[in-house]
Amino acid sequence: MPTASQFDPANARLERELKHPRPLTACRFDPSGRFLFAAGEDSVVRRFDLLTGDEAAFAGHRSWVRGIAFLPHGDPDPAGVAAFEAARLGLAVAAGPAAATLRPPAAQPFTVVSGDYHGKLVWWRGDAAAPGPLREVAAHDGWVRAVAASPDGKLVASCGNDHLVKLWSAADGEPVRTLEGHDCHVYNVAFHPSGARLASADLKGVVKDWDLATGKPVRDLDAKALHKYDTGFRADIGGARGMAFDRSGGRLACAGITNVSNAFAGVGNPLVVAFDWASGKARHLRPKEAFQGTGWGVAFHPAGSVVAAGGGNGGRVWFWTGDDASSHAVTTPVSVRDLALAPLGDRLAVAGVNGVAYVYTLRPGGPPAAKGNPPPKKK
Amino acid sequence: MPRAAYACHSPEHRLSRRTFLGSALGAAGVLGAGGFASAAANADLARARRRVLVVFLHGGASQLETWDPKPGTDTGGPFRAIPTSVPGVHVSELLPHTARQMHRMALVRGVNTAEDDHGRGAQIMMTGRRPEAGIEYPHLGAVAAKLLGADGDELPGHIEIHAGGGSGFGRKDAAFLGPRYASVGLGDGKPPAELLRPAGLTEQADRRREEMRKRLNDRFLRSRRTAATEAYAASYDQAERVFRRAGVFALEKEDPRTVDRYGRHDFGRHLLLARRLLEAGVTYVKVSHTNYDTHHENFDFHIEQVGEFDRPFAALLDDLADRGMLDTTLVVVMAEFGRTPRINHLYGRDHWSKAWSVALAGCGVHRGAVVGKTNANGTAVTDREVNAGHLFHTYLRAVGLDPKKNFYPNDRPIPVADPKASAITELLV
Repeated sequence: MPTASQFDPANARLERELKHPRPLTACRFDPSGRFLFAAGEDSVVRRFDLLTGDEAAFAGHRSWVRGIAFLPHGDPDPAGVAAFEAARLGLAVAAGPAAATLRPPAAQPFTVVSGDYHGKLVWWRGDAAAPGPLREVAAHDGWVRAVAASPDGKLVASCGNDHLVKLWSAADGEPVRTLEGHDCHVYNVAFHPSGARLASADLKGVVKDWDLATGKPVRDLDAKALHKYDTGFRADIGGARGMAFDRSGGRLACAGITNVSNAFAGVGNPLVVAFDWASGKARHLRPKEAFQGTGWGVAFHPAGSVVAAGGGNGGRVWFWTGDDASSHAVTTPVSVRDLALAPLGDRLAVAGVNGVAYVYTLRPGGPPAAKGNPPPKKK
Repeated sequence: MPRAAYACHSPEHRLSRRTFLGSALGAAGVLGAGGFASAAANADLARARRRVLVVFLHGGASQLETWDPKPGTDTGGPFRAIPTSVPGVHVSELLPHTARQMHRMALVRGVNTAEDDHGRGAQIMMTGRRPEAGIEYPHLGAVAAKLLGADGDELPGHIEIHAGGGSGFGRKDAAFLGPRYASVGLGDGKPPAELLRPAGLTEQADRRREEMRKRLNDRFLRSRRTAATEAYAASYDQAERVFRRAGVFALEKEDPRTVDRYGRHDFGRHLLLARRLLEAGVTYVKVSHTNYDTHHENFDFHIEQVGEFDRPFAALLDDLADRGMLDTTLVVVMAEFGRTPRINHLYGRDHWSKAWSVALAGCGVHRGAVVGKTNANGTAVTDREVNAGHLFHTYLRAVGLDPKKNFYPNDRPIPVADPKASAITELLV
């Protein structure tokens, strides 16, 4: 894994292309960093094993999946996965094809909870050889837009188009609490690393800070730069398409679209609104280039940088390290709809509109990432 | 191309009391309704006036998110199909209220208009013909106003309610039928400006003023009587009638529960106004609902737009049925085209005229019927393909008119509807 001093976004280079049959809607790494889960427009979530190359289909949803969360059984061991990869790489250098005989360790057990646009949550055994739904919960009236797992693994949070945030028992899927307060579609939800608070963000850029002990909202944070009512088309556009806390809980980031001049053509610019969690003060992080599109995912790298990905007129991954303008950008081969950052920060993945999950390594060494194909010309 | 005898070529756009009345200039030399109604319908027309309401989903609503869902396919998107009040007929889950009205409706699922441009697509849908060099054809509203209206009507026969903008005339949409049948546009459903008597003008003073105008006008007509001057004079008579019916615009007098049923938003207010206009005797009302041109995030925007359409539209059908008006009012839900089955990289759908849907309800329509079919993922029509010409014939037949007869502008016969097409008879009662 790259340490803070080693992390350099310029090291990002395309490592793998994982093909799903349909355009992707979401992607996430499991807590060990071994598996990438990618959901497609066929409503199937596919699991890609980065150690073995094996794939498995999680079929059970009947609509698109945008929310994926993980419940580890015990402590995840991403360092063990990384160590195996390093060992295999070392053997490959020393002994060539003999490296293939090195057997990967057994996958650590974990549960996956996924949420779809029919309002359903599904529990799965994430490491199962032949996965099938363990539990299905009719969670929301309308789309489930995001799912999150609490740091202690006891709660699952979901949010959706019924304007609600809901908490569920991770163990049995029973409802725990409904958080009411948003007045429009709730786009995203994230647990604070302390486990005491929950953040949720809606279409209009209202971010609510919920006290999980009382179920009451404590304050609203302002990410309204991520919303616009387009008077020409008479429709709202906005929402936090991506949302994440950093590991310390000191920062919260929301990604979406701003400066919208034509909602129905997607004419606007990606924006990350990064909050200082204690003060609620926001910084607006923008790409250095005049990129047209939406920020679909955001994460905090363990070294401190903010990473976001977006799509529209092409696809990009942006890195912000310390300042308000992106210090580095990677052009992805196609427009992308989600971002996943591996637990150690040594990989990231983006969900391609062509059905390919593009996995980038951030480890030092090797040539920089391919710039990818130029964006398609507008007709 | 020759100009129509009574076409308005003035730059007039704003609808004032004076200009509003001026819009009622007559069009001479064209047959009256009696010449177009089928024999069987003449008695009906005498008994109950037939009317037309068009709800135009501006920008091109997606047929897959409305009338022809394809869940579980590569083009289907994320929404469910839900059952309706007609067994076996399903529509998008975005239409739960309308689904319960399906027994009053009919669907045409095999529309191919072969035109993906907004302006041309709208023109084709409103005239039932592809544009031709050298002639412009009247829009459905003008045809309906001409053939279903009556000389003594108190309100204009052809009204269009737009989502925004000012009030004014659709100067070309009556074509050779003349400006009397051109649309009167109500921007944001607002009544014509200066419709009401100015506050500083007493009723008595207004009456004296009008008497003076009539005396001067009569003296002028004695020496210069023409079709145009006759129409001009008639327009003032209509002005007085409109003035007396200004209350039709007073939505604030509606029961708040009714307003709630339609929804307290622009489209709900516009559809409620449409119902009031139809009740007041307007022959043709078109309400535009904007906007559906969803090249980007089609699904989010259809949640918002179709969600806004659904409840007031269902309330309207309920109200028309409760008032006994559904038997005499043809309701059409159309757009300029549908949207691509293929979902683009922005979660959008683009323009698609090759396989889309139109919904109808009410007068003359075989309720619960579904005519036409598309393939499994909606990319092509596989059964009973129709175009805008077929639909135009069908609308006219549904309200008891014979679309195969002719207009005679300047003594030249022009078929009321495209002679290359014919009515979708399976849809007609």
